[in-house]
Order: sequence, then C-alpha cells, then structure tokens
Amino acid sequence: MTEIAHGAVVVLPGEAIVSRWWRTIDKGVLGALVLLFAVGLLLGFAASVPLAERNGLQPFHYVYRQAFFGGLAFVVMLGISMMSPHMVRRLGVIGFFFAAAAVMLLPVLGTDFGKGAVRWYSLGFASVQPSEFLKPVFIVMTAWLMASAAEPNGPPGKSISFAVLVVIVAFLALQPDFGQAMLTIVAWSAVYFVAGAPIAILTGVVACVGLAGVFAYQNSEHFARRIDGFLSPDVDPRTQMGYAIDAIREGGFFGTGVNEGRVKWILPDAHTDFIIAVAAEEYGLLMVLFIVTLFAFISARCLIRLCHERDTFIRLAGTGLTVLLASQAFINLGVAVRLLPAKGMTLPFVSYGGSSLIAMGALTGMLLCFTRTRPQAEIGDHLLSNGYR
Amino acid sequence: MIFRRKPKPVATDPFQPVTPRVPRPRDPVAVAPPRENPEKMRLRAERRLKFTAACFVFGFAVVGLKMGAISASEAREPRTGGLAGAGIVSARADITDREGRVLATNVTATALYAQPHLMVDPVAAAEGLARIFPDMKVDTWTRRFTSGSKFYWLKGNISPEQQQAVHDLGEPGLLFGQREMRVYPNGPLASHVLGGARYGAQDVRAAEIKGVAGVEAVFNDYLSDPAREGAPLRLSVDLSVQTAVERVLASGMGLMNAKGAAAILMDAKTGEIVSLASLPDFDPNDRPAPATEGDPGDSPLFNRAVQGVYELGSTFKIFAAAQSLELGLTNAGTMIDTQGPMRQGRHRIRDFHDYGPRLSVTDVIVKSSNVGTARMALDIGAARQKAFLESLGFFAPTPVELTEAPGARPIVPTRWPEISTMTISYGHGLSASPLHLATAYASLLNGGTRVTPTLLARDDAVEPGARVVSPRVSAEARHMLRQVVTRGTASLMEVEGYQVGGKTGTADKPSPTGGYYDDKTITTFAGIFPAQDPEYVIVVSLDEPSIFAAGEERRTAGWTAVPVASEIVRRVAPLLGLRPDFDPRADSFGAYLTQAAASR
Repeated sequence: MTEIAHGAVVVLPGEAIVSRWWRTIDKGVLGALVLLFAVGLLLGFAASVPLAERNGLQPFHYVYRQAFFGGLAFVVMLGISMMSPHMVRRLGVIGFFFAAAAVMLLPVLGTDFGKGAVRWYSLGFASVQPSEFLKPVFIVMTAWLMASAAEPNGPPGKSISFAVLVVIVAFLALQPDFGQAMLTIVAWSAVYFVAGAPIAILTGVVACVGLAGVFAYQNSEHFARRIDGFLSPDVDPRTQMGYAIDAIREGGFFGTGVNEGRVKWILPDAHTDFIIAVAAEEYGLLMVLFIVTLFAFISARCLIRLCHERDTFIRLAGTGLTVLLASQAFINLGVAVRLLPAKGMTLPFVSYGGSSLIAMGALTGMLLCFTRTRPQAEIGDHLLSNGYR
Repeated sequence: MIFRRKPKPVATDPFQPVTPRVPRPRDPVAVAPPRENPEKMRLRAERRLKFTAACFVFGFAVVGLKMGAISASEAREPRTGGLAGAGIVSARADITDREGRVLATNVTATALYAQPHLMVDPVAAAEGLARIFPDMKVDTWTRRFTSGSKFYWLKGNISPEQQQAVHDLGEPGLLFGQREMRVYPNGPLASHVLGGARYGAQDVRAAEIKGVAGVEAVFNDYLSDPAREGAPLRLSVDLSVQTAVERVLASGMGLMNAKGAAAILMDAKTGEIVSLASLPDFDPNDRPAPATEGDPGDSPLFNRAVQGVYELGSTFKIFAAAQSLELGLTNAGTMIDTQGPMRQGRHRIRDFHDYGPRLSVTDVIVKSSNVGTARMALDIGAARQKAFLESLGFFAPTPVELTEAPGARPIVPTRWPEISTMTISYGHGLSASPLHLATAYASLLNGGTRVTPTLLARDDAVEPGARVVSPRVSAEARHMLRQVVTRGTASLMEVEGYQVGGKTGTADKPSPTGGYYDDKTITTFAGIFPAQDPEYVIVVSLDEPSIFAAGEERRTAGWTAVPVASEIVRRVAPLLGLRPDFDPRADSFGAYLTQAAASR
C-alpha cells in the first residue's frame, strides 16, 4: 500500500506532461547543466581552434559540431527526464544489453583510430564510444538488481550485479580502457555502499587496497617510481602536466584574455582532457572556480535530494549516476592540478566529444528523472526526527 | 510493484513471476527470509548519501584550492612546477680542516641554456653548438629548437673559452646562467667524511647545492644558511694527518692484500676525530652512483670505519679485564685458570696456543687468552657485562655527524646466555663499527670518562663525560695494553719514543651461508699513544688481509693490522706535535699511577 501511496509521480488531474515536468524537475541542477554546456561551448571557441587548424578545417568547425551534438544531447536529456522512473528502468535495462553487446563486439568490429586501444565504432560522420553509453545503463541495471535484493523473496541481486560488474570491467580492461573501468568500479561501489554494504566488508576492502598499495610500493620499483614522481614537488616542465600547471599559473586570477592562451597550441588534448588548463589560462581562476562550483553543486544537490527518496531503486540509481558524473569531473580536474596521477578523462559537458556528449545527455536525463520531486512522506520524517515512532 | 501508472498489475521484475509460487511440500521453509526494516535501511542510506555528498564537496573544494594555489604562485624560468616560494640559495659555506685548510669550497660556473622562441636561426644555432660541443648532435638539437618548446638546458658547467665561443655565435636564444659549483680541492682525501654534493633546485639565475652524504648532508641546512654569512664549517679532521693516514693505509692495504681497510685517529680526551679513512674510496667531485649489484659493503661509497659493523675480536678482551678490576673481582696479578679447552654446553673455547694452566690477568691480555677472558666474564655475569658495554656505547649507533652513522647499529644478541657472555668477552657474537671501538677505547683509557665522537673541531674545554671506570683501573688497563706491545702479540707496534699501547684482534669473517670462513679474517688493532697519558686513540682494521711472512701465510692482526698501525703512528705522531720521550722510566707502572692520581 505504501508503495502505491508515494511511489508514483503526483498527477494533478488534467495536467499536461510538460507542465508537470516543469513543476517537479530539479531546476537548480538543470540550470547548472545548461551553464556547464554553455561554458563548454565558450571554451570550445578557444580550445578546438588548433585541432581544426591541424586537420585543415575552418577554425570553428568543432564548435559548430559541439553545438549540434549538444543540442541533440539536450533533446535526449529532456526526453528521458520526462519519462517515469519505471520507464527509465525498463529502457535502461534493455539498453544495458545492447551497450554490453556493443562493448563486447568491439574487438571484432571496433577501430582504434591508430591510438592503440580499440574503443570506438566508426560511423563515417562520427565515431561512437559504446563504453560511454554502457556506464549509465549499467548503473540502472545495478540499482535494479540491488533494489530487488532488498525485496522480500528477492533474488541475490548484489551477487548478480557483482558478477556483471566483473564481466564489464574485464571487457573494458581488454580494450584497454582503465579509466572507464575504474569509473565503473567506483560508481558500482557507491551504489553498493548506499545499498547497505556491511561495514566489515568496507573496512576490509579499504584495508586490502591500502595493504596492496604498500606492498606494491615496496616491491615494485616501477610502481614506486610512479608514486614518487607523482609525490615529488618537481614537475618536468616538458610533460603535458608541466604545460598544464604552467598554463594555470600563467592565467592567474583573471586570465590572459580571450585567445591569448598558448597552452592549447602545445597540448594535443587541450580540447578534451586538459580543457580546464585552457580555461584557466584564458579566463583565469574565476572561470575554473565557476566550473568546479557547478560540479560540486550538481553532485551535492542530487545526492541530498536522494536522501529523502523512499524508493530503493530510484535512490540507488540516482546515487550511481551522480557518482559517475561527479567522479569523472573530479578525476579530470584532479589530474590537471596534479592531485591525481595522470589519467585521460574528459570533463563532462565541457570537453569536446560527440558521442560522449550524447551519453552524458542520457546520463543526466536519467538523473533528472530520478531526482524529480515526488511525495516522500515528509510527515513521517518530521515525526521520526522528533522522536515519535 | 513500485511504479504504477495503471491499476493493472505489471510484472516488472523477471525474477518474480506473476503467478504466485507454490511452495513444494519437501521445502516447507521457503518463505521470505527476514529482510531489514526498510525504514532503517532508508535512514542508513540517507547517512551514507550525505557522507558521499560530503566527500565530493570536499574533493571539489580541494581541487579549487589547489587551482588557487597554483594560480597565485609566481611563474619562474624555467618553470619547474610546484616549486613556489623563496628563491634558490646558491651560496654554501666552505668546509675546512681544524687548521682552516679548505676541504670543500665553491667556484663560479656558467650554465648554458636555450630559449628557442627567441632564436633568430635555430638550425644555425644547433650547428654552431655542435662545433663547440662535439657531444651535441645537430639533428637532435635542430629538432628540439624547432619543436615549439620554450626552454632547454644545454650544459651544466662550461668553461670561459666555451662561453666566449657561444657568445661569438651571436644567437640571442642562447643564454648563460650563473651558478656555483662545489669543489673538493683535495680530491678523494677524506671523501667519506665530506660525502659529496649535487645540484638541487635550479633555475637560470642560481642553482641550489645539496649535500648527498657525509657532513655535507648532515650540515646541509647549516652550510647553506644565509644568516651565517658564509662562515666556514671547521671540522676536527687534520688535513696533513689525514693525508698521512690514507697513504699509509693504502700502501698497507696493498701490501697485506686486503680488500678494504679503515683507520680512525681520535683525540682520547675530547672525542674529536682527527682522521677517519676508509678504503677503497672515491672522489667526491665525481661521486659514483650507488652500486646496484654486489655487496654494498664492498662499494667505494661504503664507509667501513662508521657504517661497517664487524666482530672485532680480541680487542674486546680489555673490557672484560678492566671491568673485572673495576668490580674488584681480580687485580692485575690475580692468577686465572687458562686450562683449555673450556666447555660450555656443546661449545668449546680454546686458545690460539696453549698457555699453560694459569696466567695472571695482565698475561691473559698480553698473551690474548680466550679461556682466561671467558672465565673473568663468567665471574662478571651477563647483566653487569651488558651494562658495562652499554656504558661504553656498544648498544647504540655512534652519534658522529655523518649520514651513515645512524644506520650503523651494532648487532648484539637478543638473548644473552652464558655462551654469549663468554664469546663477547673476546669479541665474538657482537658486531660493532671501528668507530664504536675507538670511542670505547678512548672512554676506557683516557682516565675513565665517556667521550662522544665528533667531526667538529672543539675549541672550548670539553666537560668530561660520565665515569666508566676509576682512574686507577684505567691506568692499569693502559699498563696492560702497553705490555701487549712490549712483550705480547703486538710487538711490531713498538714506535721508538711514543709508548704505544694496544690490543690486536683477529676475527674470522662470518660467511653469508652461516658459520665462519676459515681463510678470511678481519684484523684490527686498537691502541693509544702515549700509553701512560694517552692523547690519541688509533684503530686500524683490515678486511681479508693475508701476507706471507716468517715462513707461513699470516692472517692475524699482529702480522697485518699492527705493522700498518705502527707506520701510521710513526708518521702522524710528529705531525700531531707529540714530543718523543726516550726516558725508560716513562714505561714504569709508577708513571701510569702518577697520571691516574693527576686525573682524579
């Protein structure tokens, strides 16, 4: 009975879909996403020019492409966010099987674009990286399995989803794409954590990882050198990292000014992995802090909204998607300021990339759908917090 | 059913068929297992969600702060990343010996670097550089100069002639940086004391010099402290004495076919190290890379005098004898049973020669009887022996000002059974560095007060340290050691006019596979001069010496370490300003007692 009472989106009689959507959508997060995309376009004017020049295209070619794909992404996002969670779950699980199959078929049908890792399908006018699409639907699948495990007589969803995780991560590592594999593991762990992972397992895993790290540091010279190099305060100024740090410093608080930046001409990945360095150089610390604040706002707001969610599936899926988005952003930013060891990862919505934009649109669409306002028996919360049971 | 748009039931979960499951009769307990209270679960999830949110907010805040820190930092050329803050201090004080003679100093040097974006003609620049510096390849540097990079170091130190030649190229993109270069004008002399230096942080205006080992590393901050205005660091080492010691030690090591040698000359009263040598050595101007294979103990970088811990053999016997006297268990003339072999469990202790059934304490030392020493040690007992050796500094690393010293912890047995008491009394089963031995000899024999070894010159009078033995016992021990030279195992040690006293020690080298080699020894001589009122302690140690002398292959200290030590004393005693004393009365026991009374 309780499920029926508060599980569904409140329908005012005769209300239109769009009006209901506008009333219940998280307008803060939606606004932040629009701002992020706008910032991405603005930075694209700066960062993608050298790439266009290298490829013999007109200077703003990639900006127009980004705008086109961004438009598509927003259509996808809005479309998905208007669905019911029920529908999203159904489509997500179906989509999972398609995306998983696409990832698994990569070794046969994929192409590596001469970059040494088979991650893409070439569609002629664009390329698609199926792992980008796999991540969000995998999270939906995981959340569904874990939520069902909490139901009476439910299946052992946690074990099944763990098995699925192992398979997916194995295929991602085969490409090889350790960045996506790591993100998938992080997001799955977050879902498991919120789904009620026992403290014993959590401490055990943390201890094991810590011990393994110490062991590797003491026994593997290669590993130790990587860590020492990362920890040492000196950066070789001729590495990507050195240039990125240099650019951030050059920009100072207010930046060198539009199109005055140099780093985008040096770094091959200025329009993707190191776009924050371009932002810092041309627009200064203010722009960087703005971007960082937007990401922090989106992740914190989504997670807090999910706190009051009664439905286990929505809670878990929302958590996983938020963590996916936030940790990808965090890793991208952390690498550029040398908080984390070098690992290529795009900045969601800001970095250039067609299929990644659409995948992000799908991800945020699901997230917006899950964070829509639903009645959550707030009265009960008030009573509980006052000690009535 | 969680989300319901129509009243019609929809099967959303493939694991739960719509048709109710009928429990099979033989499985009557297939009901829903107890699940957690959903409200409890939700509260836990809420806590964990808040935790996750806090983690992300914290993470993004750290990213923002780091960004701010980088933005606020000063750009420098070359931009060496996170090195923010104060400028580089390139000044570094000299290091001198005790007389003020220079052991380490700086000279001005010039570094060459390139800024390709300032270049008029990068190709011509690369060709010109290749003419001046034959090791620079035209192709490589042409490619680098045209790659769009803005900065390259070309050469660390170039000569004035080379600098002029680069000037003459007339290329504005080739620039010179000023820096200081650490120079050790005496080459390998005292290399293990000085250690060496390298460049730390560097930019085009200056380069920081950092000590990597020895006193350069220990006093790194002190030497580069601008507040001291370049006042030199004065060591206790004496350059001329160090030269003599190293020369004699090197030729002695060759003569005795040893693979390594170490020598220490220490002021017996103050603990100042006048000379410290370890062979093989190296040139600190061109410090070799640490050995990656083989025994690190055989590397030229290894300081045998400080880092090497060895079983030092019979040089330890004087500690047992002195303690026995100090405790009043014996006096110098007490007869000790030396009938061997002595059995202890399954161990047997025997002497090099059979010295007959009984020897006086003095003769136990003079003839170096293991059995006699072990008997004295048994009377002393493990606890008192341990405490005595600890008071002499054998349980801790030496506090000398070298980076290597804290790592050289003596190897002492964890349990201390009677057999350990016996073997340690004659220097087996406890490993210590030659510096430990020199410190202990100085403490025991200077009148009985503990000294602290140091490499810094001490100008002010040194307060005597804690008392180890009484002046009387110290004098008796000195007299015994003197007799070891006049009529015992160190007879080759006699240096006319400088009454040397001391003790030999020959220890079989432990083999890495367990047990001991029977053809590899470490021979040590530890002594004092002049014996009646010691000014200096000398320790000489040879690794795997062997010499064919008097008709047979000799590996004992009396034939190897002693002649080397005696030659060192013969050379350095005049340099140290000691007056030779040829008066035969100087050797009488009365002279020792007078000294003991004076130091009381």
